[in-house]
Amino acid sequence: MPKLKVNDIEVEVEDGLTVLQACEKAGAEIPRFCYHEKLSIAGNCRMCLVEMEKSPKPIASCAMPATEGMNIKTNTAFVEKARKGVMEFLLANHPLDCPVCDQGGECDLQDQSMFYGVDKSRFKENKRAVPEKNMGPLIKTQMTRCIHCTRCVRFATEVAGVSELGAIGRGEDMQITTYLEHSMQSELSANVIDLCPVGALTSKPYVFEARPWELKKTETVDVMDAVGSNVRVDTYDWEVKRVLPIINEDINEEWISDKTRYACDGLLNQRLDTPFIKYNGKFEKASWSEVFKIIKSKFENSSKDKVCGFVGDLTNMETGYIFKEFFDRTLNNINYDSRSDNRFLDNSERENYIFNSSINGIEDSDLIFLIGANPRYEATILNARIRKAFVNNNTKVISLNDVGDLTYPYKNLDGQTQTIKTIFEGSEEISKEIISASKPMIIIGESLLKLNSSEQLFNLIKNFLKKNNKFTDDWNPLNLLSCDAATVGNFDLGILNNEKNLLEELKSNKFEIVYLVGQDNLEFNKKDEFVIYQGSHGDKGAEIADIILPGSAYTEQDGYFTNLEGKMQKAYKASYPPGEAKEDWQIINELAEVMNNRKLFNDKEELESSMFNYLKLQKEKQITINEKQKISDFQNEKLNIQIKDYYFSNAIARSSKTMIECNNSKLNIKSTGTDG
Amino acid sequence: MLKDQDRIFKNLYNDMGADVKSAQKRGDWVNTSELIAKGRDWIINEVKDSQLRGRGGAGFPTGLKWSFAPKEVGSRPHYLVINADESEPGTCKDRDILRFEPHKLIEGCLIASYAVQAHACYIYIRGEYFIEGQKLQSAIDEAYEKNLIGKNAAGTGWDLDIFIHYGAGAYICGEETALLESIEGKKGQPRLKPPFPALIGLYGCPTIINNVETIAVVPTILRRGGKWFSSLGREKNTGTKIFCISGNVNNPCNVEEEMNIPLKELIEVHAGGVIGGWENLQAVIPGGSSMPLIPKEKCETLTMDFDSLMAEKSGLGTAGIVVINKDQDIIKCMARIARFYKHESCGQCTPCREGSGWMWRMLERMAKGEATKDEVDMLGDVTNQIAGHTICAFGEGSSWPVQGLLRHFKKEIEERNNLDPIVQKKNNIPYLVDQHLLDKKNA
Repeated sequence: MPKLKVNDIEVEVEDGLTVLQACEKAGAEIPRFCYHEKLSIAGNCRMCLVEMEKSPKPIASCAMPATEGMNIKTNTAFVEKARKGVMEFLLANHPLDCPVCDQGGECDLQDQSMFYGVDKSRFKENKRAVPEKNMGPLIKTQMTRCIHCTRCVRFATEVAGVSELGAIGRGEDMQITTYLEHSMQSELSANVIDLCPVGALTSKPYVFEARPWELKKTETVDVMDAVGSNVRVDTYDWEVKRVLPIINEDINEEWISDKTRYACDGLLNQRLDTPFIKYNGKFEKASWSEVFKIIKSKFENSSKDKVCGFVGDLTNMETGYIFKEFFDRTLNNINYDSRSDNRFLDNSERENYIFNSSINGIEDSDLIFLIGANPRYEATILNARIRKAFVNNNTKVISLNDVGDLTYPYKNLDGQTQTIKTIFEGSEEISKEIISASKPMIIIGESLLKLNSSEQLFNLIKNFLKKNNKFTDDWNPLNLLSCDAATVGNFDLGILNNEKNLLEELKSNKFEIVYLVGQDNLEFNKKDEFVIYQGSHGDKGAEIADIILPGSAYTEQDGYFTNLEGKMQKAYKASYPPGEAKEDWQIINELAEVMNNRKLFNDKEELESSMFNYLKLQKEKQITINEKQKISDFQNEKLNIQIKDYYFSNAIARSSKTMIECNNSKLNIKSTGTDG
Repeated sequence: MLKDQDRIFKNLYNDMGADVKSAQKRGDWVNTSELIAKGRDWIINEVKDSQLRGRGGAGFPTGLKWSFAPKEVGSRPHYLVINADESEPGTCKDRDILRFEPHKLIEGCLIASYAVQAHACYIYIRGEYFIEGQKLQSAIDEAYEKNLIGKNAAGTGWDLDIFIHYGAGAYICGEETALLESIEGKKGQPRLKPPFPALIGLYGCPTIINNVETIAVVPTILRRGGKWFSSLGREKNTGTKIFCISGNVNNPCNVEEEMNIPLKELIEVHAGGVIGGWENLQAVIPGGSSMPLIPKEKCETLTMDFDSLMAEKSGLGTAGIVVINKDQDIIKCMARIARFYKHESCGQCTPCREGSGWMWRMLERMAKGEATKDEVDMLGDVTNQIAGHTICAFGEGSSWPVQGLLRHFKKEIEERNNLDPIVQKKNNIPYLVDQHLLDKKNA
């Protein structure tokens, strides 16, 4: 723990910290461009120069390790002059186009030039012009503005794990480029926009949309995958203009995936803004009272076990809970589920469906075994964490399947379930590795749970880990990788039916009324069912509906989501639902009132407290494990990892033009000019 | 004048042949195993006694550098890297060593490797020195054949392998850490220091980097003793040095001379005098293009060593002496040098990337007489803003020649550039102060 003086204030810092961090600890702010906490140190912008006693030259504080007895000065004329000199150089070739630059208002160079810039320019030469680079549909480049901090290059190679961004040329002709002029083959690519301290890399879909000070900023959580990244949603009036990451060291650190960031334009398209009724195969606008009346009469005219309900992948927990209550209390029926596939789930214990080791735990793990999972597409941020573990600790990763490039090397096996069986019966080399690892992680993807022998395999894995004492007080090696934001929350709320196979019954057309809340992924042939669809987007669910109840998206209502680790986070209302659409819980509440003349809950608060009560009880109540294990004979299967098309995994993403462009850019589809 | 018996590089002009047999006749490889048998400490002490300073430009004491290598080899191997990326304009001493005295270098590599406990030695050769590299390679092959290097090299019991790595024509790769990056296959950009290469160098292992000439003189120092070497020259600037004299002289040449030799003697005796006579001399760049020039008046009495040139605010550098006579336009000369530095800046850190091009463009305008009066001081400001603010010494290297020009030839520039600035300065306010704040104060 070296002690040093910063501006005569004595500070003691941890070993391995830099002078810059020590200065921050002492309360002295250091300007910087190239330095970033999450990236390696480049030390090339030279903005963070400070004076060190006994050193004739100013030193770059970001790169200098703090050592015992240093005497640092950050506020002397010497330092000021050095920084102003560097700033002059940075501005020399930087275009003076702030009025037309999208970074304006949140530009590091703009901010710091207020302190270190000089109001007159001495640079009389022509400014350098750099040709623009094609970096795909997400990143707009204006490379003349580049100050060569190389943050983007370091991000791409270190965090994203694709070395597709780099600098070519040298001296003042140095240019940042993707070499081959195509989009970065990474799902984290757009983070370079946040990292760029100037307007060289800006957001293409957001180009010239708004100025940062015009936007209302709401801190909330993301629902594009089950990770629950913390984001800030910027809205201008009703429109969600952009989504930016906020720091949460336990979940997304500082990054978000491209889908999280750019699917937000899907919130403006294909919206359901008024109730609809289908007459003769055509939707017609209706009023809320009309549709409620029709639904009431439909419910009254069919027997209660002919009614079923499904909750979708983006619904928040309040909606899920009131939906369950609606079925339990108003319809007296338990025909509801949140799964859209025949997935094995033993919800007797919570650890059976969450990511127990936690995302932070990935960095402590010494062996990661992926079974039926492709984390790169199923949970991009989590994959970045696995890469971080690999880079820092050289963590060994094994995958049952060859899932292509995961941005880190892994050993892949043959993808047969027989292999899983032999490994977890303890007779393989890998079994010994798992036993000898102190903190192994078994990451089970949803694909495994959909197999015929999933129950057997799941129990085999769990028992093997139990038997070898891998479950300790501070480590749980069993990890389920859910893909959708609502999955874990719905399971916590018990929105599932393990007694009947609702999906099979639905497929054999046994129901008369099907109530879908944001559920777009059901595959069944509609016959005579009366389908009520409640949701925000005119997607697959709305297509088959007879009545549409317009609901809200995640940015338009307050609501809880539980991420794959089991962390409950609240998404806040950033905007309001379009047209006549209402918040989802409200619709169900009002429907209940129409049916029974009594609301389920008086207000949102009552709903919330009731939900928390339920969750608390659920935690305390030990669900009796039904030991009726249907031991079917084990048969070897090929485990195919079914990942939904990454850019079209949910209703919002499917409505997003940007996601289509991303998908096309990855497929290398060239637009011909005749494609409309 | 250096006596013939004190000459280290006897074959500097290739009169005697560069092959191993001729080299052995001149005394190379004679008793190498005996030298090494005297032990590591003896070698390092002898080199320290000789007060040998690095011949690559910075003049860092070699013995001291070697003693920075970890005493014990830990989990990581040690490396010796020879810097033969001689790209400094005006310098061509390493070239002659590579092609005419390669065995001095190879023997030096063996001794230095033993001293710093390295089993692998990389020689990084400038890409343009392709033929020289081939000559060195054939010398290395000869040495392998004769078992002078390789397993149990020269009967010393020490294993050493020497590898040649060609550069690709970047001046900056002569900077020691950029050189390491280049060997590792990365873009040649200098690393941040600390950590210094002696602890974390090539592939993260302890690495000692020396210039070709430094290593090539080591065997002779050990044979004749550090005392002999330090008896030449003067205190702290000892031994002999190859001077490369070029420019406006009648007989440009490489010559090995004692340190502290008068500059006038070098030019008059060895290089056949300045074209147009001594009176026609305008200035001399004493140590390769990155050192500030020295005007004629001072050249009369100047002696050539590290410290005396330092006193003149210049430096010995690589001892590449460029003579500029009065037929040349000195501003144009410096503009050309500035262009070289603009072209060779690696672009990593801001002051050098943006400043070197700025300096060049200003100098070009000044050479044409298109600059305004105030720009002369501004040019000085820019050089000061570059020097000392960069990652490596390239910042100094690019701004020193311009500073030298401003120091000694400011009058010339001002005479030629007497245009009035568009915006007249009212009072003498230093530039890096916000003018509007001062205006308020005065109001």
